[in-house]
Amino acid sequence: MFGLLEVGLLALPRLCTLGRSLHITSMRRRSKLDACNMYDKMKFEFTKENKARVESLLTWYPEAERQGALLPLLDIAQRQHGWLPISAVVAVAEVLKIDPMQAYETAKYYTMFHMKPRGMYVVAVCTSTPCFLRGSDDLLKACSKMLRLEPGETSKDMQFSLKVDCCLGACVNGPVVTINDDLYEDLTEVSLESILSDLKCGKVPPAGPYSGRCSSEPKDGATTLLIDPPPAGYKMQDLDDSGEK
Amino acid sequence: MIRAPLVKALGALGSPTHQIASRAVRTSAIVAQTPAKAPEKIEVFVDDIPVQVLPGTTVLQAAALVGVEIPRFCYHERLAVAGNCRMCLVEVEKSPKPVAACAMPVMKGWRIKTNSDLTRKAREGVMEFLLMNHPLDCPICDQGGECDLQDQAMAFGSDRSRFTDINYTGKRAVEDKDIGPLVKTIMTRCIHCTRCVRFASEIAGVDDLGTTGRGNDMQIGTYVEKLFLSELSGNVIDLCPVGALTNKPYSFVARPWEIRKVSSIDVLDAVGSNIVVSTRTNEVLRILPRENEDVNEEWLADKSRFACDGLKRQRLVAPMVRMPNGELQAVEWEGALIAVAKALKKANGQVAGVAGQLADVEAMVALKDLVNRLEGETLVTEQGFIKGSGTDVRANYLLNSTIAGLEEADAVLLVGTNPRYEAPLVNTRLRKAYVHNESQIASIGPKIDLSYEHDNLGSDPVLIKDVCSGSHAFSKVLEGAKKPAIIIGADLLEREDGAAIHATIVEYCQKLKKPEWNPFNVLQNNAAQVGAYDVGYQPGADRAVKAQPKVLFLLNADAGKVTREQLPKDCFVVYIGSHGDNGASIADAVLPGAAYTEKQAIYVNTEGRPQQTLPGVSPPGMAREDWKILRAISEVVGTPLPYDTLDELRARLEDISPHLTRLGELESAGFNDTGAQAAISKSIGGGAIDVKQKELRDYFMTDAISRSSLTMAKCILAVNKQKRQDEQAKQSVAI
Repeated sequence: MFGLLEVGLLALPRLCTLGRSLHITSMRRRSKLDACNMYDKMKFEFTKENKARVESLLTWYPEAERQGALLPLLDIAQRQHGWLPISAVVAVAEVLKIDPMQAYETAKYYTMFHMKPRGMYVVAVCTSTPCFLRGSDDLLKACSKMLRLEPGETSKDMQFSLKVDCCLGACVNGPVVTINDDLYEDLTEVSLESILSDLKCGKVPPAGPYSGRCSSEPKDGATTLLIDPPPAGYKMQDLDDSGEK
Repeated sequence: MIRAPLVKALGALGSPTHQIASRAVRTSAIVAQTPAKAPEKIEVFVDDIPVQVLPGTTVLQAAALVGVEIPRFCYHERLAVAGNCRMCLVEVEKSPKPVAACAMPVMKGWRIKTNSDLTRKAREGVMEFLLMNHPLDCPICDQGGECDLQDQAMAFGSDRSRFTDINYTGKRAVEDKDIGPLVKTIMTRCIHCTRCVRFASEIAGVDDLGTTGRGNDMQIGTYVEKLFLSELSGNVIDLCPVGALTNKPYSFVARPWEIRKVSSIDVLDAVGSNIVVSTRTNEVLRILPRENEDVNEEWLADKSRFACDGLKRQRLVAPMVRMPNGELQAVEWEGALIAVAKALKKANGQVAGVAGQLADVEAMVALKDLVNRLEGETLVTEQGFIKGSGTDVRANYLLNSTIAGLEEADAVLLVGTNPRYEAPLVNTRLRKAYVHNESQIASIGPKIDLSYEHDNLGSDPVLIKDVCSGSHAFSKVLEGAKKPAIIIGADLLEREDGAAIHATIVEYCQKLKKPEWNPFNVLQNNAAQVGAYDVGYQPGADRAVKAQPKVLFLLNADAGKVTREQLPKDCFVVYIGSHGDNGASIADAVLPGAAYTEKQAIYVNTEGRPQQTLPGVSPPGMAREDWKILRAISEVVGTPLPYDTLDELRARLEDISPHLTRLGELESAGFNDTGAQAAISKSIGGGAIDVKQKELRDYFMTDAISRSSLTMAKCILAVNKQKRQDEQAKQSVAI
């Protein structure tokens, strides 16, 4: 009896490895965005202020190049709704008079657009090389542990989403985490934990470096440009005197 | 949106061969394309062979000029350049990196090395990446044997891969999409060349397909679960370089090396698309387009491609005679011919013939000769035309601007026609004119979706008079155009005021005509129509009814325009044709003929170009070629027709009209003759102008073959289902 059970247990992981990623996709089928999702019961409409914003934005673009306003418009729609439902994408496409597919392609391409409901705070941990070298993996683990989320997941109370991001463009201050629109830099597990617990209490901590640096200056003080800059006119010809001598 | 910037860059360089995708780009590109003087050619070297090319030519095109073919997946001559597959990387001397040949314009003195070590290494690398995520399912893949990826992996790939699935994570797998009953998708095989996406948005004018996601998650698909239903959807199958998009009705049917290919002509619309009929063991398996720049480029409309299963169903396989109890009974040929001959003898010259939309020229000539020998004179086509002697002058019923010529038109007026469904490949030319030539297009008729922007002027027939008198706003557009064109739908001219409409437009076209350019066009919708007029048939089945014949021949006449009630009680109806459809159901004698894949026969397309079909398979059962049946009847009735072979019959055709046997050539229909039609006193003024095929679902079944096709029936079901879904979705939004 026990023997059999043991064999069964041993065999299980192997069976799992055989069931390859093909099965994963078929499981995803359920969450697929289908026709019901497209026309959400609530039809997306820009609010009055946002309509005015859209109008003023469109004046920047020539009539023939209106689709250039696609990204800002999608952003306005996302900020209004919290995330970007397909009905919002369609609404944006209607404003720009482009095919919905074109708008959808763009929305799907950029990771900043969330096509699924997301938490109030989207915590994105940078895992690119410079941040990785400064310990971003530990940050990610700490985040996961604290928020009880795997990367890509959203908490049930819709407070937090955790995701992994590629370079956020602040490598000098790595490791870096963005929370919604703000960059939190020079983080350690301790500082990140305090930030997250602040957020949980409803406080939004200040953005920026958390190592005491002001911005991206060297950590241990200046290493170049150590002497005072020479005064204006240093080593310049003295035009008034040269003629006389 | 990978494509736009590249296209823009190339367009600005002024290459004449480039396709420009978006309307926004058009203006700048056209300005760049018409430089003050012809640019000087520049010299480049492809594998040390010098070649002179125009500035803006791409490396790939320059290599093609010296006969070197660079492998490619995403590049296609008729689509915008995407440059995303990287298969065409070649080494250029003094360039630090290999360049993408399809997107890189050549510079003076470049030395391109298409077979150097670097080039080969680059190709092998790209191929390795492509195959890393491509399933090795060639044995069960329908593209096997005609797959670009397979061929190029053999020719340019490495013999091994560094990809080892050490963690058993599996290759990338993508869910299949349901995009309709015609195109089967196996998206795991997709290599993201985006040819289908570009075809849909540029040629078909349906922006349904797109790329979603990025990187490893990139997929080709639609934004909601939606069918890709266009009248040209089948072409993405040909475009797909791998087996991601394959022919659904043809799936798992045959391998390319098993099939026999016959070059033929399509007859399901009046375009006369050139096709290749693939057959095996006397069965038509599939139909593919054949390249002909003047007619169909390399596209094929869906009906022409997929209705071939209609050739196997509802066929007449044995001669039948109606018994006294009213039932058709299969008999031997002898009995059927004698029954027909008896009726003909009794008829005393009261014989008439009606040719339908699939009738070939040979059969029509044989029928005409037979009826004339029996002293009958009424020979008409099912499709009507203007009353009077309109068909005496050839230019009166042809698409005089020619199909390829419409591409250059800069102002087009469509009157009572929907080219999108009546002749999809004429519509692609109009779309091309719209996209590349700034063509202004307007239509008189119901509001329809033509896949490009156009002004709907309304459906009041008085508008025709307004435009033609020069008082309408669009007249100024037409008069100011370099190559204006007015296209009239053939169905419109069937109306009571058809002659007046025709005369008005002919008169106006006299004013619009330019040297070497005839703006007057009639868009026929039947393959047989022009050929019938050319050999002297009169338009309109009502003439045959009016003649009250004793014997009526229906040659492929299945449109149901002649009914039993209209004919005298003792009229003996002989149906010659391939399918048991409207014609056979009212016939007293049914003589099984051959379909267009089973006979060598001439058809004249809407622009007046005679082309011939070739037999791919033999007619089923006891069916025979139509002209041979008529020849046999003439023998039995005692007035044998003077031709025994096809060659002799063709000689007779040449006597009637020499252009009929100059296959593939276009005989210009002398424009000055158009006005010969005397001005008609009747004025324009009937009901609103309408077209028969308004939506996609009207397109699929228009003749005996497509009506018997299961695939076409599935298409209609799918279109209806999609429409219901869209309506439901709209309703739920309204709530």
